Amino acid sequence: MLERALKGSPRYYGWIAFLLVVIGLGAAVWINQLMVGMKITGLSRDVSWGFYISQLTYLVGLAASGVMIVLPHYFHNYEKNKNMVIFGEFMAIAACVMCMLFVAVDVGQPSRMLNVVLHPTPNSILFWDMTVLCGYLFLNLLIGWTCLSRDRAHMKHPGWLKPFIYISIIWAFSIHTVTAFLYQGLPGRHYWLTAILAARFLASAFCSGPAILLLVMKATEKFTNFQMPKDAVKTLVKIIIYAMCVNMFFLALEFFTAFYSNMPGHMHSIVYLFAGEHGHTEMVPFMWAFLILATVCLILLIPPRWRENQKILPWALAMLIVATWLDKGLGLLIGGFNPNPFGTITPYWPTGKELMVSMMVYAIGALIVTVLFKIATDVKEELNEAQALPCGCSTDDECDCTAEKAEA
Amino acid sequence: MKNNRRTFIKIAGLAAAGLAVAPKATLASGGHSPVKVNKDSAHAKRWAMVIDTTKINTDEDFAPLIKACHSIHNVPDIPGNQNVKWIWTAPYEQAFPEQLNPHLDDTVKERRYALLCNHCDEPPCVRVCPTKATFKRPDGIVAMDYHRCIGCRYCMAGCPYGSRSFNWGEPREHLDLEALNPEFPTRMRGVVEKCNFCVERLAVGKMPACVDASNGAIVFGDLNDPDSSVRQVLRERFTIRRKPTAGTEPSVYYII
Repeated sequence: MLERALKGSPRYYGWIAFLLVVIGLGAAVWINQLMVGMKITGLSRDVSWGFYISQLTYLVGLAASGVMIVLPHYFHNYEKNKNMVIFGEFMAIAACVMCMLFVAVDVGQPSRMLNVVLHPTPNSILFWDMTVLCGYLFLNLLIGWTCLSRDRAHMKHPGWLKPFIYISIIWAFSIHTVTAFLYQGLPGRHYWLTAILAARFLASAFCSGPAILLLVMKATEKFTNFQMPKDAVKTLVKIIIYAMCVNMFFLALEFFTAFYSNMPGHMHSIVYLFAGEHGHTEMVPFMWAFLILATVCLILLIPPRWRENQKILPWALAMLIVATWLDKGLGLLIGGFNPNPFGTITPYWPTGKELMVSMMVYAIGALIVTVLFKIATDVKEELNEAQALPCGCSTDDECDCTAEKAEA
Repeated sequence: MKNNRRTFIKIAGLAAAGLAVAPKATLASGGHSPVKVNKDSAHAKRWAMVIDTTKINTDEDFAPLIKACHSIHNVPDIPGNQNVKWIWTAPYEQAFPEQLNPHLDDTVKERRYALLCNHCDEPPCVRVCPTKATFKRPDGIVAMDYHRCIGCRYCMAGCPYGSRSFNWGEPREHLDLEALNPEFPTRMRGVVEKCNFCVERLAVGKMPACVDASNGAIVFGDLNDPDSSVRQVLRERFTIRRKPTAGTEPSVYYII
């Protein structure tokens, strides 16, 4: 099926070429990092993880979120999601690859990465994170590829795949839980030392991940004949809203625990992030932007009238993505390291080089998504499933386009 | 060509057979080490340190200790917050942030406190390390294998005492290569390092460098031996440890 990725319009080739250029530029900076070391980053003795690891944290959520499409389809026989499932799985593949690359660019001695496999250390959560990420990547490759090949041949999905699908649904929860455990079990990092962290991770993943997927699918609709079934979109947006509400509720729980208990350790990080401490207010605008964006996107998403307006929806989803990124990508990481073990603040900001390397990883992810989505949409077109009708419906929707045409 | 392939397969087969019968010891590390333990080496079941902050408490007091430690271990002097530190000083509120009160005795407040790796009984850095590059020795010392470390810096996130440093760049750029101690390795970029309680000196029967340079203000010995100098001091004087709530059971005690 891969040959389908080779035949495309000039615009498709232009996009691929653009991504390759970005990858090339980022790779040059990464080689520079390999040559001189990680001193090119804005990291320090006190804030020892930064932009790279925060992207890993955020993208694990994107990988896990595919389950919000897969689970209704397989556990609840929600047929409307049938043609969306493959995109959730393919998105997860790209996200898993990006996660691993972000770990690879973050370590000081990448040539020794295999030490994690050669000296397996079950007491380290990093070992388990690698295990679950590799496992999830494998499961999605296997399931996605097998299903799509069978669809293309007009064959039923094989029975032996069922157990793998059910395992992958449970596994999706595990990848984000284990990533939360990376942070959660550390003494002396009060912002992370909370039993609700894994739950917060899942809640934010299940809103931000499907939101990213929906936006990417909207872009896909623009360039292909593929059209998402309307009911599948509606259901997914509802899932996004519920997850975002739960996400904000969990944050409120953290605030209550910290400030009602009045425990200094629990309050300090939150005070630093939202109000500033010791004269350091660099995070305050970002955290308030997060709260404002989160509120506005919920106001736009909760009333069905606005939520179903396809002009408003993408903006609301974009706000949600930015909000969750500020909270989980930026604030969680920096707030965990600050105040540092000495009670002082070491500001962190990624350098241009760090951002260039990150762009490389994102471009690789975009390349994988482009190629896999190209194959999937080609196959759907061949099968005439979920194709755009002139009235804006999908062939999966039960709408009568001829009537609408007559009215017009 | 055919002949070559046949020879290749023959050799490959022989090699595979050889691997199957070769004794494990010749292939893998482990087994009996040819290195003999120095008979003069200092032994303990649990090494521990007591710092008498009534005797040693200014930056001038600590300067020779820090110099001794950093020069013996080839610790580079890097400006900025990407620096490497094995032993350094901090005020009371940074050393003991959980044990502060607003009316603390001024003399205690104004002292400087030496900070270093606590060589914890329950070291979180060992728990989180994905490659066993940092490990706890039977004598309680938390040690580092610089060659095993992949530079993931998980141990830095795990340490509640900020005792670990990472070589963000090439550390040798900040070392006086003329004045290196040839008996201790320099590090490479991309690995974590920290105080090692001078394991290399204990191995030849010497006390840690900072202890030697402290004129008796730092006591070092076996915590498991009731008659040791450390236990004697701990019996007689009031001591505290850093961040007791972290549950890591540090081995560095401070006489206040």
